[in-house]
Amino acid sequence: MPSVDRLSFMAVFVGLPLAIYVVFVIYPFGQALYYSMTDWSGFTPTYNFTGLDNFTKLLHDDTFRRALRNNIELAIVVPFVTIVLALTIATLVTVGGPGRGNVRGIRGSGFYRVVSFFPYTVPAIVIGLIWAQVYDPSAGILNATLTKVGFGRFENFAWLGDQRTAMPASMFVIIWSFVGFYTVLFVAAIKGVPGEIYEAARMDGAGRFRTAISITLPLVRDTVQTAYIYLGITVLDAFVYMQALNPNGGPNNTTRTMSQDLFNTAFRKGQFGYATAMGVVLALVTLLFAAIVFTVNHVTGGAERRLRR
Amino acid sequence: MTAISPDENVATDGRGVWSTGDRAVEATSHVLLAGWSIIVIVPFLWVVLSSFKTTKEILASPFSLPAHWTFDNYTKAWTDAGIRHFFLNTIIVVGAALVLVMLLGAMCAYVLARFAFPGARFIYYSMLAGLTFPIFLAIVPLFFILKNGGLLNTLPGLVMVYVAYALPFTVFFLHSFFKTLPHEVYEAALMDGAGDWRIFFQIMLPMARPGIAAVAIFNFLGLWNQFLLPVALNTDPSRYVLTQGMAEFASQAGYAVDFGALFAAVVITVVPVLIVYVIFQRRLEGSVSQGTFR
Repeated sequence: MPSVDRLSFMAVFVGLPLAIYVVFVIYPFGQALYYSMTDWSGFTPTYNFTGLDNFTKLLHDDTFRRALRNNIELAIVVPFVTIVLALTIATLVTVGGPGRGNVRGIRGSGFYRVVSFFPYTVPAIVIGLIWAQVYDPSAGILNATLTKVGFGRFENFAWLGDQRTAMPASMFVIIWSFVGFYTVLFVAAIKGVPGEIYEAARMDGAGRFRTAISITLPLVRDTVQTAYIYLGITVLDAFVYMQALNPNGGPNNTTRTMSQDLFNTAFRKGQFGYATAMGVVLALVTLLFAAIVFTVNHVTGGAERRLRR
Repeated sequence: MTAISPDENVATDGRGVWSTGDRAVEATSHVLLAGWSIIVIVPFLWVVLSSFKTTKEILASPFSLPAHWTFDNYTKAWTDAGIRHFFLNTIIVVGAALVLVMLLGAMCAYVLARFAFPGARFIYYSMLAGLTFPIFLAIVPLFFILKNGGLLNTLPGLVMVYVAYALPFTVFFLHSFFKTLPHEVYEAALMDGAGDWRIFFQIMLPMARPGIAAVAIFNFLGLWNQFLLPVALNTDPSRYVLTQGMAEFASQAGYAVDFGALFAAVVITVVPVLIVYVIFQRRLEGSVSQGTFR
């Protein structure tokens, strides 16, 4: 029988955090599932249980479908580009040094790492504000630079106001803000690979590119998987960035995300039941995304994984 | 990573091993890396430059230097635009939430990692699940939970929510950390008659300091950057946190934006964290690696 001291200790140590967690996290998630099946407006004390009506309505909601499509585009492009860029930088700074002798990084690698990381320390909303100014048609530095180097047609080009460029420009901002963080993550992972493996590959005559593809990539693939999932969760939300760059969904809703749609539906239009149904869809898409990443990694990399364990 | 190799390269280490191919690769790498660094740095430098210009100068030419280098924009942003209040609110909320979540998270992680009791695994996994759910799903009910509890639009309410949503991450990483601490120390302390409370606060907590520092850094950045929670749950302008204030500042101005003050506000927001980052960057990068190699 545990002593009173032990019991009170465990009760306080687990009970207190758990109480906060249940009240502010678990309970609202549970409620959300229920509200998503009601027509609750949030301001009336009564509401009707409507079953799956909200979800069928969502299927025919053009704005929401457009937002869903935008989120899927984001989830396909942003993690991939970010990870390719970050892996390239990480490879160059860790094993990009001379082809003979000790395996080592390029000179000045510390500087590049510190610089590329620092967008991560800037709040996302501020990153959005900075880039909204950079992209500004007339006063922004992007068009000024382009015009100066001879691309006169960009003189007043509205990057965020044109249907063709609004989404790619927004994607670039998100990629820009995350490359540094994932570079640091991959540098750590690559440093965890024993130097002997690289030296052995070299003795066998493998070039740099070959080494990166057949040695580095397989050995850091678990980290890549983690990165993919984190980035996926981030861009399936993407609220902050889009809210700073194009608060109204961009030209023709080309940059509207589900999160923006949800926020407006709930807090501007007061359709709380309908908004939570959007939240459920968002959560399902996120889970689906994680499941796809896990499956792809498992199917393509099963062999290496078994070898390592 | 680079083991000292016993072969002839040791003698010629340095310039000697660089072949022509190496130089070409190195040059290309430098060009790529420098290119990316420029893309990262230039927007920041431009913001700093613009923060000293008047709105008129900013709109006239993006490259021009300010006619007079003054801190007018900073004074305007700090006092008139209320960045001062947002800053203070942020420090209160983030500070309180950080201390609380580290304490509660460490307590919870410690018990879950080192005591076997029925339900321990269930609690651990329900915390893990919380890491993956999008906050967006919970935001609407959360709004009403705070409203009914009288915590909506209050700083304590915001602190509680920050704590609750930072808890899964904190518990998850500290859990693996507490698991690695040696059992002998615990048993020796028990033998000496120390109770569980004392063992935790006087022995285990200090021993876990590296792990706690790493998690605290990430929690700080996460909470400092938090946007959705305050925007939905803290709508009283006098209680705005910095991120909200910045968004409001940029959008409310809309047609008559004081761009100079806006740029100054951006600098005020970015620089403190940037300084902390440059000082602690080694430790921070160490923490990232700790996060991946559990």
